[in-house]
Amino acid sequence: MTEATVITPKDVRDAGFGDFFALLKPRVMSLVVFTALTGLLVAPVQVHPVIAFASILFIAVGAGAAGALNMWWEADIDALMKRTARRPVPAGRMSRQDALAIGVALSGVSVTMLGLAANLLAAGLLAFTIFFYAVVYSMWLKRTTPQNIVIGGAAGAFPPMIGWAVATGGVSVEAMLMCALIFLWTPPHFWALALFVKSDYANARVPMLTVTHGHRATRRHIMAYTLLMAPLAVGIGLTSIGGPVYLVVAIAMNAWFIRRSASVWLRGEADAEADGYRAEKSAFRFSINYLFVHFAALLAEAALRQFGMDIW
Amino acid sequence: MAIRVEHELHARRLSRNVGVGLTLVGFAALVFAVSVVKISTTGPVQGFDHTIRPELAGADE
Repeated sequence: MTEATVITPKDVRDAGFGDFFALLKPRVMSLVVFTALTGLLVAPVQVHPVIAFASILFIAVGAGAAGALNMWWEADIDALMKRTARRPVPAGRMSRQDALAIGVALSGVSVTMLGLAANLLAAGLLAFTIFFYAVVYSMWLKRTTPQNIVIGGAAGAFPPMIGWAVATGGVSVEAMLMCALIFLWTPPHFWALALFVKSDYANARVPMLTVTHGHRATRRHIMAYTLLMAPLAVGIGLTSIGGPVYLVVAIAMNAWFIRRSASVWLRGEADAEADGYRAEKSAFRFSINYLFVHFAALLAEAALRQFGMDIW
Repeated sequence: MAIRVEHELHARRLSRNVGVGLTLVGFAALVFAVSVVKISTTGPVQGFDHTIRPELAGADE
C-alpha cells in the first residue's frame, strides 16, 4: 500500500491561499532569501533599500516558481513518499495544471521584475537558476543518477551570486566562492539526513546514493565533500568579503564539521543502529548551523566595514 | 426559498481570494515604490520635445 492511498476524501478540499504558498516551498525560499541577501549586503556597492527589498523578493518568488515547477513534475513520485504525499498536488487539493501555470507565471514575473528593478545579469542568473532546478535537476537528473543531490545543489547555490549581481551588476571571485560553499555543503547535508531517515525513495525509484550504493559509500562521500569544503570555506576569509571575525569562525566551524563527518565515516551500520544514528543526526543538525553561521559571519564583516573597522 | 447572497463557493474560496487580492495590492505598491526610487535616483533627464531648447545642442553645432 502506498502513502497516496492513506489520504482520505475528508482531507481533500479546495486549495486555500496556504496551499498556493506551500507550492512555493517556503522553507527553501527562506534559505534563498538569507543567502541572496548576504550576497547583496557584502558586495562593495550599496543598493537603495527599496531596490534591495524588491530584488530579494523577486529572487524569492523565482525560487518559489522553481519549487512549483518541481511539484508539478514530481507529483507522481511525491504521492509515493510519506514526506511529500501531503503536498497540495499529490493530496488532490490542486491540479498539476494549476501548479504548472503558477510555476510558469511566477517564473516570468520574477525574472522580468528583477531585470527591471536591478539589472539584466541578475535576471539572467535567476532565469538560469529556475531552469537548472526545474529542468536539469527535477526532470533530468533526479531520477537518473545518485549524484542528483550534488548537481541539484548548484541551483541552491546561485542565490548569493544573484544578490551580488544585483548590487554590482557583475560576478566576482567572492560571489563564486559563496556559490561554491553552498554547492559543496549540499551533499553532506542531505546525505547525513538520508542515512537516518527511513525514506521511501526506493518505492519512488529515486536513485539516492544511500539506496544505490549503500550507507558505507554514502559515509565516504560525506567525508570527502567535507574535506573539499573546509579549505574553500576558510579561504573565503582571505578575500575582500572576509576578515578576522569570519576567519576565526570558519576555522572553528570547519574543524568541528570535519570531526562530525569523521565520526559518521568511521563507524559502521551496527553502531549507528545501536545508538539510533546519534552521530548522523548530530552531523545533520550541525550542517544547518554551519551554513547559517558562515553567512552570518560574512554579514558581520560587512557591518564592521560599514563602521570603518576594516582590518584587512 | 431564501435567496442567499453569498454562494457557498465564495465562502470556501475566501482565503484564496483575499490572499490573491492582498498580493496584487502589495505588488502594485512595490512597483510604485521601485518606480519612485528609480526616477528620483536618476539624474536630471532632458529630452527634445516640441519646444526649441538650444542649450541642449552642443557648443560646436
